[in-house]
Amino acid sequence: MRDAVADLVRDGDTVAIEGFTHLICFAAGHEIIRQRRRDLTLCRLTPDVIYDQMIGAGVARKLVFSWLGNPGVGSLHAVRRRIERADPEPLEVEEYSHFGMVCRYLAGASRLPFMPLRSYDHSDLPKANPRIVPMASPYGDETVYAVPPLNPEVAVVHCQRADAQGDAQIWGLLGCQKEAAFAADRVIVVCEELVDEATIRRDPNRTVIPGLIVDAVVVEPKACHPSYAQGYYDRDNRFYRDWDAVAREPSTLQAWLDEWVFGLDTHADYVEKLGEERWDRLEPGEAWSDPVNYGRYV
Amino acid sequence: MPPAAVTEYTSTEMMIVASARQLAGERVCFVGVGLPNIACNLAKRTISPELELVYEAGVFGAEPARLPLSIGDPTLVTGSLLVTGMFDLFAFYLQAGLIDVGFLGASQIDRFGNINTTVIGDYSAPRVRLPGSGGACEIAINAKKVFVIMPQSSRSFVERVDFVTSPGHVREGRPPTWRGSGPTAVVTNLGVYRFGRDGEMEVASLHPGVTTEDLRESTGWEMRIPMDIEQNEPPTDEELRLIRQDLDPEGAYTK
Repeated sequence: MRDAVADLVRDGDTVAIEGFTHLICFAAGHEIIRQRRRDLTLCRLTPDVIYDQMIGAGVARKLVFSWLGNPGVGSLHAVRRRIERADPEPLEVEEYSHFGMVCRYLAGASRLPFMPLRSYDHSDLPKANPRIVPMASPYGDETVYAVPPLNPEVAVVHCQRADAQGDAQIWGLLGCQKEAAFAADRVIVVCEELVDEATIRRDPNRTVIPGLIVDAVVVEPKACHPSYAQGYYDRDNRFYRDWDAVAREPSTLQAWLDEWVFGLDTHADYVEKLGEERWDRLEPGEAWSDPVNYGRYV
Repeated sequence: MPPAAVTEYTSTEMMIVASARQLAGERVCFVGVGLPNIACNLAKRTISPELELVYEAGVFGAEPARLPLSIGDPTLVTGSLLVTGMFDLFAFYLQAGLIDVGFLGASQIDRFGNINTTVIGDYSAPRVRLPGSGGACEIAINAKKVFVIMPQSSRSFVERVDFVTSPGHVREGRPPTWRGSGPTAVVTNLGVYRFGRDGEMEVASLHPGVTTEDLRESTGWEMRIPMDIEQNEPPTDEELRLIRQDLDPEGAYTK
């Protein structure tokens, strides 16, 4: 992880660490904080606690997003502090709706100049964000709204398993990780498990990202805590709830960062520090699918 | 004869129960983050077992074994009918008009059902930065009906919202390309509201113990109060048991 971030994430980059509640690569976020990157533009539909941590740590100058909360808990306090009080400094924001963000990645991934959607009529969002533009359909009377492409410099995608080339397989919520990866210039794939290419080839429907677009593969088990990996570990809802108190004050947030990010060298240290008892409680039960026969055609 | 004893309940529990009951007979429901989550899950376990729960995270036909804290919980995936990417979900299911009901939360609402979840104050220098649209702005126009669940006070039921995140009933007429008919019901800790033909909110029913005076004190405009408003039934023991024991034993939603 250290090498991937050192090589591929630079000051001033537009960075997307996606995953909609699922497969959010906190380990990459922590490494970016540890390496003290600056002036990043962070992109996610929901910033989630990962960007609250990164923005609280001072890596970002701008946020591109569609929903700014701690799901089910409340606010993202570090982000709010910067927006409401410029504390410790202002945060530039570019705001969309969820579908708007998804369409931005789609336009970016397809290398198109925009993507149309029906949202935004009679909403104040286009006034707040002039990059959301009404346009007439070229084929009739309808007005739709265009959003511009989003092409991050770097996308970090977490998956359950990948091979050494970066062919990544995901099950559970897909979010828009695929779109973000195809839209990005550089892609870091982080996996729970490294598998051989033959394993990937036995179940090609499950492959979401091809090694073709991947620049680095990092093997980092439990990289998503407190987010989760379907079938591997549960979402740590208690952590999300506890985060509310941690982030409320800059001093407690900094203390947390000092203890859990700056004070540790690697994510493996973080995993160990959380302790066996905590990980035991995050152990999911089993729910296996039935294997399918792809057929052997010679 | 004295009325049967009713188990004590909170106004939040009444709000959740009244919201769940709105889903009777509905088929495909897009579940918003927060209070809608518990209301929809309660409905599926009571009045609307055929309800297909759709989550913007990419799940159609969720059968969560536990109450999700977020709208992307792993329990939504296991045992669901279909998991897909977010583009498909928003484009083919929501924008294309397959959703019967969109269930939203709100920080502010006005008499026409315009919802604010973006800012209190000015967008460029907000007094309070709220979460933003998420999927709300597209749910509001594409779902066939929109239900809202929110706590009511004169600060949330306002004459004019600070920011229109999700449009309600449009005065100059609903754009013909909008597949949905807009806000249909608003459920608060005081009662249930519907919308007249002119798109203006009016009282449909009040919760037990709530007076029209309570209502006036908690509404920032002159709320239309028809002659024939009903009183809602209190939560049943079974609804309370489901909330308190099965769904939300830790009180994440009900505290």
